[in-house]
Amino acid sequence: MNLKTWLRRINRNRVLFPLMALLLLVIVASSLSPHFLTPMNIKNVLSQVSIIAILAVGEACVILTGGIDLSIGAVLAIGGSITAVLMKWAGLAIPWAVLGGLAAGALAGGLNGLMVAWVRIPSFIATLAMMAVARGGTLVLTNGRPVSGFLRSFRALAGYAGPLPLLFLITFGVYVLWQLSLSHTRFGRYVYAVGGNEIGARFVGVNVRRVKLLVFVLSGLCAALGGIMLDARLNAAYPTAGEGYELDAIAAAVLGGVSLSGGVGSLVGTFFGALVMTILGNILNLLKVGAFYQYIAKGLILAIAAVSLSRGVRFAK
Amino acid sequence: MVREREGRPWVEMRGIHKWFGGVHALKGVDFSVFPGEVVGLIGDNGAGKSTLIKILSGVFPPDKGEILIEGRRVRFRSPKDAKEHGIETVYQELALVDNLDVPANIFLGREPALVGGRGLLALLHKGQMVREARALLERLKVNIGDLNALAGELSGGQRQTVAIARALYTEPRLLIMDEPTAALAVQEARKVLGLVRNLKEKDIGVVFISHTLQEVFAVADRIVVLRKGEKVGDFPADELTIDEAVKLMVGGE
Repeated sequence: MNLKTWLRRINRNRVLFPLMALLLLVIVASSLSPHFLTPMNIKNVLSQVSIIAILAVGEACVILTGGIDLSIGAVLAIGGSITAVLMKWAGLAIPWAVLGGLAAGALAGGLNGLMVAWVRIPSFIATLAMMAVARGGTLVLTNGRPVSGFLRSFRALAGYAGPLPLLFLITFGVYVLWQLSLSHTRFGRYVYAVGGNEIGARFVGVNVRRVKLLVFVLSGLCAALGGIMLDARLNAAYPTAGEGYELDAIAAAVLGGVSLSGGVGSLVGTFFGALVMTILGNILNLLKVGAFYQYIAKGLILAIAAVSLSRGVRFAK
Repeated sequence: MVREREGRPWVEMRGIHKWFGGVHALKGVDFSVFPGEVVGLIGDNGAGKSTLIKILSGVFPPDKGEILIEGRRVRFRSPKDAKEHGIETVYQELALVDNLDVPANIFLGREPALVGGRGLLALLHKGQMVREARALLERLKVNIGDLNALAGELSGGQRQTVAIARALYTEPRLLIMDEPTAALAVQEARKVLGLVRNLKEKDIGVVFISHTLQEVFAVADRIVVLRKGEKVGDFPADELTIDEAVKLMVGGE
């Protein structure tokens, strides 16, 4: 592969912009706060990004097919609290409890997929319904109270492997696996094909329904995994956990160059997008900007990013 | 009126009728294509051209009449059935997936796999796709330039060429082209027409539909004219002028 095609590949996946945004943010953040580039803070950022990034990878994949998944914040909560309840109240061993939480996530995602691909409800509405049901289910299951105090061996998930947080390694592993399957399996190719030209893809024999079902199942699985990771990190499952996380995940994907109309974008970019969102929150915290202002700041950055991204794309054409 | 041709047609449609609700779209049309023959199908809007080729490509069944391939009666339940019998169609409106590259488009829906066969999680054999795509395009004597280009980065003519190459990959015996040059600049349309002429050498029959009669006359061996669901003309291309064809299409005196 020569340099020219290589450059075009990078540009095609639109990772250049998120990478530059990330570098710029790191430079600005480290000049604004002496605490930013300390090992402690870096570890903290990597732990924080793990959960938002794992939600974002599932979300990005759904968006690549031209859909959207609004339920992931609520599915995070139900996955996390089912695992917590299975451990604390049912006394199940950790692996079984984790499997139970993941199964709940896969089921929620599967129902989303069925509603979207078979019943043909727009994904925005279908997953909005799932968001309400999963959040309500979590509140019913936990009586609206946090479930807390897990075994040390479960909390070890939020520990460190050398200098790196385990949570970060889990997320990184998921990204590597997922990126490989996007670029080397038939599933990955169909994800892009469905997002690019759904009717054309169906016409040449792509089973569009199965592709859609699978991306929603995977998105649900990721959300539940995020919930379990959050359990370990907080040593508690809060029934309100993950509220608004779907928006952070969508923002990460969009910042990372994933086009909301489907078919364009990459997981590498999404990961950078998740880092940008996390670092933004981190530096605002370090600068002691109030939480209320942080919302405004994040919204503004997202709007600016979206504008320059679409300009950039037009320019590239 | 109909020129006798030696041998038998590769495909023959006999007495095809089609109703859509109360509309009698095709009224007993006979239509045939010989191996290696380019048949231009012309007619005004609503004459039944699209209906006829949709029946031939298996999109929907005729209400009456039969289809014979090499003399044997066939029944298409789906476009897939028609493909398995060797009939491929290039639809301009469904064209390509813009965000995939050329080999990915040619092999979409039938990717060769390293492992995993037909499954969704099969590992793709990308090298084979690139090799075969390049060989296929070379056989068709077309130059796309960079195979890594996305379909959306290609010109209209190149896109149409890729769409035709995709249809030809399975080595069909009959290729149906519905307005293949509609969106193209003159120069590019000429390339597509050149491609159609090449197919003749490979003994592939072509049904060519176009609103541009000059194009139809430039490539077709035979011209079939439909009007209001009926066949009103079936001539060797060199025995018909464009003016006569237009008169047949619009009817009247």
